[in-house]
Amino acid sequence: MTKGYDIFWRSLEQREGNAVDEPAAAATPDSWVDAPVGRRRFLQLLGGTVAIESIAACTRQPPEKIIPYVKAPEDVLPGRPLFYATALPIAAVVEPVLVETHMGRPTKVEGNPDHPMSRGATSAFAQAEVLELYDPDRSQAVLHNAEVSSWASFASAIQVATLGQRSVKGRGLRIVTGDTTSPTLIAQLRALLSEMPDARWHIHDPSRAQPTTGTAEPMQLGYRFDRADVILSLDADFLGGPGPVGAIGDFAARRRPPPGQSKVAKMSRLYAAHSAPTLTASMADHRAGMRSAEIEHLARLIAAKLIDLPANEAIADGAVMPSTVEQRWIDAVAGDLRAAGRHALVIAGTEQPPVVHRLAHAMNAHLGGAGHTVVYRKPIRASQTQPAGTLAELTADLNAGKVQLLVILGSNPVYSSPADLKFTEALRKAPLRVHLGRYVDETGELCHWHVPQTHSFEAWSDGRSHDGTVSLIQPLIEPLFAGKSAHELLGAMSNQPDRSGYDIVRAHHQAQLDGSPFELRWRRILHDGFVRGSEHPPLTPPPLQQQPWPAAKPVPTTGLELVFRNDPTVLDGRYANNAWLQELPKPLSKLTWDNALWLSHTDATERGLTNGQIVQISVGERKLEAAVWIMPGQPAGSLTLHLGYGRRGGGQVAAGRGFDAYQLRTTKHLHVQHGVELRPTNKTVALASAQMHGSMEGRDLVRSGCASAYQNDPQLFTRHEHKRLSLYPPHEYSGYSWGMTIDLSSCVGCSACVVACQSENNIPVVGKDEVLVGREMHWIRIDRYFGGEPDEPETLFQPVPCMHCDNAPCEVVCPVQATTHHDEGLNDMVYNRCVGTKYCSNNCPYKVRRYNFFGYSVEAIAPLDPTQPSMRLLHNPDVTVRTYGVMEKCTYCVQRINYGRVDAKRDNRRIRDGDVMTACQAACPAQAISFGDLNDPQSEVSQRKSEPRNYGILAELNTEPRTTYLARLTNPNEDLAPDDCDDQGGHGHG
Amino acid sequence: MGAFAHMSQVFPRYTNTISRVTAVCVFASVVTALWLWARVQRSPYTTDVRIAKEQPVPFSHRHHVGELGIDCRYCHTSVETSAFAGIPPTETCMNCHKLIWKDSPMLEPVRQSYQTGKPLEWVRVHDLPDFAYFNHSAHIVKGVGCRSCHGRVDEMPLTWQHADLTMGWCLECHRDPTPHLRPLAQITNMNWEPPADLHHQRALAEERDVKTLQSCSYCHR
Repeated sequence: MTKGYDIFWRSLEQREGNAVDEPAAAATPDSWVDAPVGRRRFLQLLGGTVAIESIAACTRQPPEKIIPYVKAPEDVLPGRPLFYATALPIAAVVEPVLVETHMGRPTKVEGNPDHPMSRGATSAFAQAEVLELYDPDRSQAVLHNAEVSSWASFASAIQVATLGQRSVKGRGLRIVTGDTTSPTLIAQLRALLSEMPDARWHIHDPSRAQPTTGTAEPMQLGYRFDRADVILSLDADFLGGPGPVGAIGDFAARRRPPPGQSKVAKMSRLYAAHSAPTLTASMADHRAGMRSAEIEHLARLIAAKLIDLPANEAIADGAVMPSTVEQRWIDAVAGDLRAAGRHALVIAGTEQPPVVHRLAHAMNAHLGGAGHTVVYRKPIRASQTQPAGTLAELTADLNAGKVQLLVILGSNPVYSSPADLKFTEALRKAPLRVHLGRYVDETGELCHWHVPQTHSFEAWSDGRSHDGTVSLIQPLIEPLFAGKSAHELLGAMSNQPDRSGYDIVRAHHQAQLDGSPFELRWRRILHDGFVRGSEHPPLTPPPLQQQPWPAAKPVPTTGLELVFRNDPTVLDGRYANNAWLQELPKPLSKLTWDNALWLSHTDATERGLTNGQIVQISVGERKLEAAVWIMPGQPAGSLTLHLGYGRRGGGQVAAGRGFDAYQLRTTKHLHVQHGVELRPTNKTVALASAQMHGSMEGRDLVRSGCASAYQNDPQLFTRHEHKRLSLYPPHEYSGYSWGMTIDLSSCVGCSACVVACQSENNIPVVGKDEVLVGREMHWIRIDRYFGGEPDEPETLFQPVPCMHCDNAPCEVVCPVQATTHHDEGLNDMVYNRCVGTKYCSNNCPYKVRRYNFFGYSVEAIAPLDPTQPSMRLLHNPDVTVRTYGVMEKCTYCVQRINYGRVDAKRDNRRIRDGDVMTACQAACPAQAISFGDLNDPQSEVSQRKSEPRNYGILAELNTEPRTTYLARLTNPNEDLAPDDCDDQGGHGHG
Repeated sequence: MGAFAHMSQVFPRYTNTISRVTAVCVFASVVTALWLWARVQRSPYTTDVRIAKEQPVPFSHRHHVGELGIDCRYCHTSVETSAFAGIPPTETCMNCHKLIWKDSPMLEPVRQSYQTGKPLEWVRVHDLPDFAYFNHSAHIVKGVGCRSCHGRVDEMPLTWQHADLTMGWCLECHRDPTPHLRPLAQITNMNWEPPADLHHQRALAEERDVKTLQSCSYCHR
């Protein structure tokens, strides 16, 4: 069945018919907007403006200088970017990337196409790392007791302190790091600890505090979605958050037909049991929301059906059926998994207790997926491989006065430690505290010494990706703010204090690559970005643990449960000062610049709570006030609060936004708190959601249907389209004709495209107040639609860039020809002609045009100040930076088309398919976006457009959009949804 | 006539003439002002055409290109591969001036730069607006020679701008590039003159697949 336009809704207000057209008219930031201006005053202002602008127009261009090199470096060709292969540690594990640099300035991140964990794609976090580098809020000097000092003074101070510790075997030395996979860092720390055996290393990773894999020994699990026919997610979000982007590609490839065909060869089926709604649940064919504590019960009931006696003895003891699930759901899932056999895959979520991981492992082992759909490898994280202590142990040592020298490397435990540790008080008991960090954050403020830390683009380092492959991190630019890396700081504490970061990293790898001509291999590694063949080999699946299953833990019945999750865009707070990620709408809630307490529709109705209302959350004696966000798909009885907000320091973008979930977290309950009470207050805050902006008013925009029905009836999605006639002659394209398709079967809503576009096209940040009045500037947005019931909705994502219409409504209304039709089909936007009438935007049915109401790129409107010297290095030199009063929109990355065209000209050939990739297309982990020449019938995009599920949105307006969509295919289980696929073409209108 | 019949006229008849002359003069002055403004806009005062700019070193293209016959690409190395033709590093100057004119006071800034590692700062002669993205290599590969835009560089003692670089001037060629094409072997030849009829150049346009690119985003993006 295809879902008619009348079923889907974009927000609860809209569903109940209370939609407000103007999202937050009352929240207009400044009163001058409403100030009455009389006729005379208006004419005075107008005259003044004309006079001033005329004078301004008379200024001559200032003379420019050309400053060539003295000795030109090899390879640098002015005017052409260079790409370096490196890697970015994102939550400990590295993402292999290529970085575009212009004359020594890193400006854009691309995936490393040669690396299996990237395949050219990236996450949104990797894209945002460029801004992370140039962030003007980064700390810029060594501080000693908050006074500016120097690296030399620090180095001598730390050497003296370390010398003192050496004499007592390091009894009073403690080192804190975040979790890491860097072989060099691990080796350095181990060497230091072997010299001072009584010193200790503590790892503090707030979001992933207890990595567990369900096996006796810790393992690194890799999921082979390319081999998985049936997938069961037990609260696992493998599509959201920082994970292997290559895996998203594998998953998506099993959800769509090959280009030009209408049949999906062996489409996979995804069942998702979830607590907080996730991207994974949104992609599921069948989803079941339940309280986090009920997941274990569900897992036990399914496992009992899959695992035969005697191994399943007591496996379902005490297991209670979750209230939101029926027996037939369990039967169907178990039946499907059993039928899939070794092609089945069960994944347990990071936040779930060890028993759920053990159950998942047992199911995979019994079905045969272990070793086939699940690959077991040696662990890569230091927290799993190294004898490091926890933060709780460190706190105890601090309180006992055992710590003389505390060195904190790139971690922020003062902010992100569990509340019951009272870490801040303990920290003050260490007589000498050293902090290495990119910001003078909550922890940095309380340390005697603060050393600015380098960004990954500024220093030598290394790390492992999810499969264990060693990647090398090479600097692309000198440290902007005189930073030092963790390697250099540890080097200063070692016996060889003068070694550079390069020497340290190189020496480590020289020792590892013993035997071969090192220089040659080293150069090869630098070129590739990673050590080929260094991935950890798959291990034989570990045996099942023999101890009997403990009885199921009863689901607490009093109060609500509160689930803590990494924030979808700022994670555990490490990206809190990244304005791109702050303004990136969270994929499901579409909130920007804030987190909020997610609450189910049922619970909100019961308590009479509304969006933005402040409630007091009580967990035992701990209390926190937070704003409420009613989240479709949130299970009743369960609350979700994301980490990473409520920062008290760490830059002006980060500080003071949202609500600090860490204040409710305790060592025993890092992921879920039970018995939570809510007390409404009469306070409210304005939450800036992109949800209702540019609503398409319920037309037939997202089409979705069963793969089986589509196979039987290829016209399923397009039957009701009418033949469209036009009075105007069609455009003719003799050369290229550019077009795009976006596959809704593949898109998982991860938003990497949005940040990639922002980075490529110099798109400014506008700030929360401007988002509140609908002025965000993203050239591609991801619309999120809900269908069905609010507590268990179907969730769909639809990326919307400019449609580049052939009959573009914007072109005909522009009085100054600032938007015109390109002879290769593009809808051009000429900034220097634009006078800002906004007629084009008014006439655009897709609302993809963005207007610079203020000089977002040239003035400090948002908390991120673009006039800071470092921010001027951020821009892509191939794209104009727009000023106030100018309209802008997606250009299909015309600068990339032009590069491709000139390159092709130079070789006297046509542009080949795949030569030109738009920024969104290149970044997309799911390969949902195809772009190319429609005049070439063999191009991927032409093949995609030839599929019967290809349709244009609002095509009935006769706009002839060049960006079209491929309908979303689903693969429901007939036992669970017997009628879903029968009702052929039930389109709703026609 | 009513109540006004007895009133004398306030303005004598000749004021009609005054008002007519005034109207014409105002109109004429507006037109003149616009015409003048347009002239100023296109005059060398604004466009810098044929105005040599003071440079740190009085580098003579006439000497190096015209008299010595050094090819453009010896110094402007990236002209065939990049958007930017490339300004030579100090090293390139010193390739010769280590040996020739090695004590010339005029070359003191070059030697200073070479010794200190501080680059020379040349004043930009051809300065397009920042929203226009010109690509040298695209033009070279299609057979538009250096001279078409830069003029007789081999006759310039100090470098000046040959063309006014207005959008109208760009479009003149973009609407009909054929007369400006030359064989690729003659790209940097300052003395090459096009043959009398366009026959040869039409063949070049055909061979190099030369298009008339006039859509906005070919240059503005």
